[in-house]
Amino acid sequence: MSKASAVMDVGVGKKRVNPIRELWQNKFLYLLALPAIVYTFIFSYLTLPYIAIAFEKFNYKTGIMSPFVGFSNFEYFFKSSWAWTVTRNTLVINILFLLVGTVCAVVLAIVLNEVKAKRFLKTSQSMMLFPYFISWVIVSYMLQGILGTDTGLVNNMIVAAGGSRINFYSTPSYWYPILLLLNIWKNTGYNTIVYLAAITGIDEGLYEAAYIDGATRFKRIIYITIPLLTPTICIMTLMSVGRIFYGDFGMLYAIIRDNSSLMPIAEVIDTYVYRTFKNTGDPSLSMAIGLYQSVVGFILVFTANWIVRKKFPEGALF
Amino acid sequence: MNATVMAAQPSTPNNKIKRSTGESIGTFFIYLVVFLFAVMCILPFILVIIVSFSSEKSITLNGYSFWPSEWSTAAYNMLFLPSSAVPQAYLVTGISTVFGTLVATFITFGAGYTLANRSCRYRNGLSLYFYVTMVFSAGLVPWYMMCKSLNCYDNIWALIVPSLMFNPFNMFLVRNFVRGIPAELNESAKIDGAGEVRIAFSIFFPLCLPVLATIALFYAIGYWNNYFNAVMLVNNEDYYSLQMLLFKIQSEITALSNLSAGAMQTVNPPKESFKMATSVITMGPIIILYPFLQKYFVKGMVVGAVKG
Repeated sequence: MSKASAVMDVGVGKKRVNPIRELWQNKFLYLLALPAIVYTFIFSYLTLPYIAIAFEKFNYKTGIMSPFVGFSNFEYFFKSSWAWTVTRNTLVINILFLLVGTVCAVVLAIVLNEVKAKRFLKTSQSMMLFPYFISWVIVSYMLQGILGTDTGLVNNMIVAAGGSRINFYSTPSYWYPILLLLNIWKNTGYNTIVYLAAITGIDEGLYEAAYIDGATRFKRIIYITIPLLTPTICIMTLMSVGRIFYGDFGMLYAIIRDNSSLMPIAEVIDTYVYRTFKNTGDPSLSMAIGLYQSVVGFILVFTANWIVRKKFPEGALF
Repeated sequence: MNATVMAAQPSTPNNKIKRSTGESIGTFFIYLVVFLFAVMCILPFILVIIVSFSSEKSITLNGYSFWPSEWSTAAYNMLFLPSSAVPQAYLVTGISTVFGTLVATFITFGAGYTLANRSCRYRNGLSLYFYVTMVFSAGLVPWYMMCKSLNCYDNIWALIVPSLMFNPFNMFLVRNFVRGIPAELNESAKIDGAGEVRIAFSIFFPLCLPVLATIALFYAIGYWNNYFNAVMLVNNEDYYSLQMLLFKIQSEITALSNLSAGAMQTVNPPKESFKMATSVITMGPIIILYPFLQKYFVKGMVVGAVKG
């Protein structure tokens, strides 16, 4: 992914430029970029002043000029038991996805690389990529069809085998495995693309030499593919580590929704911010929680990018 | 990492050398694993399609099943009843997807092209300007307030403009792609007397089609599958997108599609199969366009991701 490619040009001219002349000379170029610049300005930079709400007692009449209350919104959040719960859930879910997801994607890429029948490879790859294009809302429908208590596929099988029905949707302990499986099922095909591309980029001569020297397939994978794939794995992992403080709202809200029996394990910061906003109608409190996420998230993303830049200059984003 | 990664699958070094039995068994297992995972990936969709064609009686009797005891198209008939909200949602989603994707792709091309152009002295500053928004965002509440103050609320613009219309990640994909095109092309066109507009749209735009197809797909899928904007910004049911409708139907099926209006005579309105039928027609365009879609998707991902 281009996350893994340098954003900045190297070796820019150090000469001072006259801004007006530069803008006039390249007016067409700047005009082309203008819509994106304006859009980003409005939806990113202009939203920054609203952060002040986190330190205020928001009132819809006074808007952003509401009375200042210092850190009391943060205090309220960090004193509630939810602060720890949602932070832990976000981290646990993301780390689980990251670790198992990466292993699955890498293994699948290596396995796919061993498939020599082209048609078979293409067909199976398209099948694996398909879930990626389907929305989480539809996935939540399927999941109900599979896990539903009265009509679900799994429960039908359990009953047919003589067992008694399991109410998945009210038993939190099943849900980390379920969410993990869902995530792997939906994203592995997509995540594999980058790794497979990196593997197919490995010099074919290495494999030939190893083959002639009598290395088995297993040895070729262990001693050639995996070492040469390591930089890509590191870059991709670091990038994901940077995003570890952001939960997958689209996934979790579609699947968990307002199911309060699953919230203790599946409520993440993003869904909690939304729920606080919706249920209490208090923008100040949810802004405070959101700011907590943004700041910690920023530190993580920035650090991850910094490490990538130091260790893998060719893959640095910035 | 280099740019020619997709060029060729490595061919087996020496087909004539006899493989050991161990390796042949290994090959068998590799094919088996790939096959099983691929099947697992599409099996749930097949279930959805089958259930959408099952009669409600067989669903209540046997639950979801790959072999319903009775087939029926009642659910599909219901989708197109006058009281159904689905056609309206389809229209809303279709309009926002087509319009949004076109605008988004154009905006992204413009910015990516400029940022890749060496005569633009501020390109690094601009890169930073866009990059900052990728690592820090103020979050949900400011976003919501901004949308409200721009009047992107309870209308079709709420589904088109906020969040979805520009993504810096896609812009960097375009920029990296344009950078891969030799700069001499630009110079020689200039010498031949082509204006800047011409260079951008008659020369570079066609060359960028592969990456533009990819980002257009990103955007289109983003629009089509988005329910977040509708959840946040739309209360008026006339502007429910398909995903939003599905999202709502799941809990309160009767409220939206007003089943009783047309389905009074059926004692048992096809609730479950109706949900699945709605899912099927929501996936419809993706399934139909899929072969084309995934070809460009894989290509573009690789082109943009793997820097030469």
